[in-house]
Amino acid sequence: MEFLLAIAIGVLGGSGVWLVLRPRTFQVVMGLALLSYAVNLFIFSIGSLVINRPPLVVPGQPADLAHYTDPMPQSLVLTAIVIGFATTALFLVVLLAARGLSGTDHVDGDVDP
Amino acid sequence: MSLFLLLILPFAASVVTALLPTRARTMLAGTTGAVCAVLAVWVISLFPRIQDGGVLRESIPWVPSLGLELVLRVDGLAWMFAVVVTVIGALVCLYARYYMSPNDPIARFYSLFLAFMGAMLGVVLSGNLLQLVVFWELTSLVSFLLIGYWHHRVDAQRGARMALIVTGSGGLCLLAGVILLGQIVGSFDLDQVLASGERIRAHALYPVMLVLVLLGAFTKSAQFPFHFWLPRAMAAPTPVSAYLHSATMVKAGVFLMARFWPVLSGTELWFWLVGGVGATTLLLGAYAAMFQHDLKRVLAYSTISHLGLITLLFGLNSPLAAVAGVFHIMNHATFKASLFMAAGIVDHETGTRDIRRLNGLFAAMPRTGVLALVATAAMAGVPLLNGFLSKEMFFAETVFLSSHPGVELVLPVLATLASMFAVVYSLRFGYDIFFGEPSTELPRVPEEPPLWMRVPVMFLVLVCLVVGIVPGISIGPSLAAAAVPVVGGDLPAYSLVLWHGVTPPLVMSLIAVISGIVAYRWLRAQHVRGRLQDTPVVSRFNGRILFEGALVAATRMARAIVRMTSTQRLQPQLFVVILTALGLALLAARGLPLGWGDRERLAASHEFVLLWIIGMVCAVGAAATAKYHRLVAITLMGGAGLCTCLTFAWFSAPDLALTQLVVEVVTTTLFLLGLRWLPMRHQDMTVRIAGRDHLRRGRDLLLALLAGSGLATLSFALLTRPAPNSISPFFLDRALPEGGGSNVVNVMLVDFRALDTLGEITVLGAVALTVYALLRRFRPPPESVSRPRQQRAVSSQTETDLLPPRHDQDAGGYLLVPAMISRMLLPAALVVAAHFFLRGHNQPGGGFVAGLTIAISLLLLYVVSGTRWVEARTELKLARWIAIGLLLGAGTGMGAILLGYPFLTSHTAHLTLPLVGEIHFPSATFFDLGVMVVVVGATLLILTSIAHQSIRSHRPVAQARQEAD
Repeated sequence: MEFLLAIAIGVLGGSGVWLVLRPRTFQVVMGLALLSYAVNLFIFSIGSLVINRPPLVVPGQPADLAHYTDPMPQSLVLTAIVIGFATTALFLVVLLAARGLSGTDHVDGDVDP
Repeated sequence: MSLFLLLILPFAASVVTALLPTRARTMLAGTTGAVCAVLAVWVISLFPRIQDGGVLRESIPWVPSLGLELVLRVDGLAWMFAVVVTVIGALVCLYARYYMSPNDPIARFYSLFLAFMGAMLGVVLSGNLLQLVVFWELTSLVSFLLIGYWHHRVDAQRGARMALIVTGSGGLCLLAGVILLGQIVGSFDLDQVLASGERIRAHALYPVMLVLVLLGAFTKSAQFPFHFWLPRAMAAPTPVSAYLHSATMVKAGVFLMARFWPVLSGTELWFWLVGGVGATTLLLGAYAAMFQHDLKRVLAYSTISHLGLITLLFGLNSPLAAVAGVFHIMNHATFKASLFMAAGIVDHETGTRDIRRLNGLFAAMPRTGVLALVATAAMAGVPLLNGFLSKEMFFAETVFLSSHPGVELVLPVLATLASMFAVVYSLRFGYDIFFGEPSTELPRVPEEPPLWMRVPVMFLVLVCLVVGIVPGISIGPSLAAAAVPVVGGDLPAYSLVLWHGVTPPLVMSLIAVISGIVAYRWLRAQHVRGRLQDTPVVSRFNGRILFEGALVAATRMARAIVRMTSTQRLQPQLFVVILTALGLALLAARGLPLGWGDRERLAASHEFVLLWIIGMVCAVGAAATAKYHRLVAITLMGGAGLCTCLTFAWFSAPDLALTQLVVEVVTTTLFLLGLRWLPMRHQDMTVRIAGRDHLRRGRDLLLALLAGSGLATLSFALLTRPAPNSISPFFLDRALPEGGGSNVVNVMLVDFRALDTLGEITVLGAVALTVYALLRRFRPPPESVSRPRQQRAVSSQTETDLLPPRHDQDAGGYLLVPAMISRMLLPAALVVAAHFFLRGHNQPGGGFVAGLTIAISLLLLYVVSGTRWVEARTELKLARWIAIGLLLGAGTGMGAILLGYPFLTSHTAHLTLPLVGEIHFPSATFFDLGVMVVVVGATLLILTSIAHQSIRSHRPVAQARQEAD
């Protein structure tokens, strides 16, 4: 599981980096979205992988990491998911506006050859 | 009353005047004048308490652990300056009421004027050196705004910028000097500094510190070689010049020298630096003043010269000279302010300030003429006026100074020469414009100004006369009080009387006056013949040219550096960012044991392997198709998102899974909406890719592979090595008893980390508003505006499902069934959202998920029924949702403060309701409600803003354009 997830994070991140370096605005936005998946999973995985022990406190059970998964990375990632949506939206709109102004969807505003 | 009130009053009044109607001249002048008058009376009333060397002192501890205090300190010198600042401020305020045109934005003027007065009071009353520097820089800043008051004029822009750069950089030097001084003394407190003269002068860093402090003083007081900014600053409105450039701001430099005279003076270095710069400035300013044709520039150069005189006096290292310096500060402020005002009156009434065009004005404006002539005489140093007295003291000092033989010989000659120049330029200012044939071709017919415009001048001229005739009674006590702190305790013997008998100074005065008159007649004759229009010799190489050259060179160099080291292209920038991140990560890994840990691992299940095979195919597929097949890429990315979501669910993170799911829906919708405005792109197999592009792709691919494998390695290492001690048990432990909820993640979000969440929803709201604002001026590319080819092929008359409905009545159309279903779904979705919200504190759910669920259910209506249909039926006012949500969130936090707890502390009420049983009702629920409302507002505002672009009016315009083509 751990190995597989690590590979998955690597593939998501690598695809994201590749797209971020592309010249078209749409590719860059997609790349950012993929990168955010990779990073969210990465942060989430810091809390180690636990099955069937969600951080929902059950009365009578001792409140430690042996009985629940780590809630900390989860709360960080929850914030990151929503913020990620906001930044993606902002980027997309900025790039749309840039496209309207420059007449091209190249990231540097270059006219197509 | 507290001295701090004295300092706060002008700043408070500045804010108030800024809010008054901008053209209400009388109301503004009245308010400002009243404040100035109150301040002036207040300051003057402090006299008995400082008269005999007393010092008033008040302090407010600010950062006591660092020894930082706000200190206000009034001694004789500070008092004298405060009187000048407030009294002349009041007079200028009255004058400006009549000088400024009704078309000027007067509120800005008076507001800045008051702010300047406050800053200046801050400089003179500061009892802490750092505090003094802060106010010092504030005067530079406000003076920048005041000089540039008519900001549409190029000369005002340039003059303001030059003044700011020169005085501002001087201020930075002063800051450095003051820090050194504080290090030498061990304290920034003025009293302690003034008590450690011996130590300061003996310290190894004394020369460095002295030069830095003097750089501050010289730039501010327009001393050579920094004098050039003052004539340029004459682009300011005349009241500003009368206030800043005669009485206050330029005096800050000499104030500083007077302030530190007891501790810094007395050394050879001081003598040569201060005396030398002062003497040069005195002579150069007076010389240049003779050749100016603009009334205000004559005054500006004369001010430079007089400031040089004061600097020279302080530089002579003699207590008597220092007293003369203090005396001349007062005298110069009175006659120069009145002269600026007189010049302003002439300008105001005739429309020009050119001395060559102005002649014989006495007939038209005799009263102003008399006032101007008396003030000019004071400037020239004519007996019976205050300027004469301080000039005589100066002459006496130059004659009786015991110093180097060369200096003893040169100084009296230099003083007489400068005084002769002063007579010449005074005659040019006074005699030239008021006597002779009355000029006829003036822009305006000259006449007397309103009485109240003359009153401030009258008052100042009266002061000149009274001080000049009965100095002992009128100014004696104030001068003594002001000079005591400067000379450091014991006043030297001096006598303030008009007649000392026939003494060398009197002879020097006589020589200066007679030779000045002769020189004036000669100069006038030359001018009539059209010669000597520019300042001979020095006009060619002056500080201004050096300054502008340096500025250009600095700009060029900065540009060159930027060109060499930076790029505006995004691709190389991102490449470097990622490469650097990778490099830093490798650098950080250096020396650490590399290898996997042996933490207990979970056995992989087939389903999970399958899931991530799909997920990785989706990710790589999205990367490959994003260029030519955007819809495919969006779909694949959604697939990768769903895999992420399932992973969250798999590993005990139900909240994350829920949130990821709903965010996935809105993100996909977002991309789909954006697609419409992107250009068409077809893969053209015939175009061959150049070798350079191949190379770049290879490079990018390598970097992507490296980054990906780095991430994979890192996360695998993290997952397998033993976890360090976590603070998480704290949250698990406290969530129920203190947070009142069993869903720890939610409790953390809305309680433990509520401030973080508040910041997050603020960002969300800000992003939504930014998106809205950006798209309001959105200019779509023309080819995106017209309908797609497939739709254009169908005639608009045809009954067809290929065209989207054009009226909200046909919202049904071919989408009738989905529309009905989506409408029926809405209440159900809202119930689900409410369910998520209500149970959020104890079970997976919460404000984010609930908000997004509501947003999605409304979004469905938009998608299926169309924007017009939805908005014809509801008005959502999304910006208001954001505002209400933020207020709710912040208000919940503030509620805790009201009850005496820190911001955002939550409280849980445990209620027992009939039927329901015991429920926990934490105050964080309101916070979560705020989160939900913001999320609904922000998400929908973002998405509908993009959606609205399709139905905006630019369509017909662009269509018409296309048809015309």
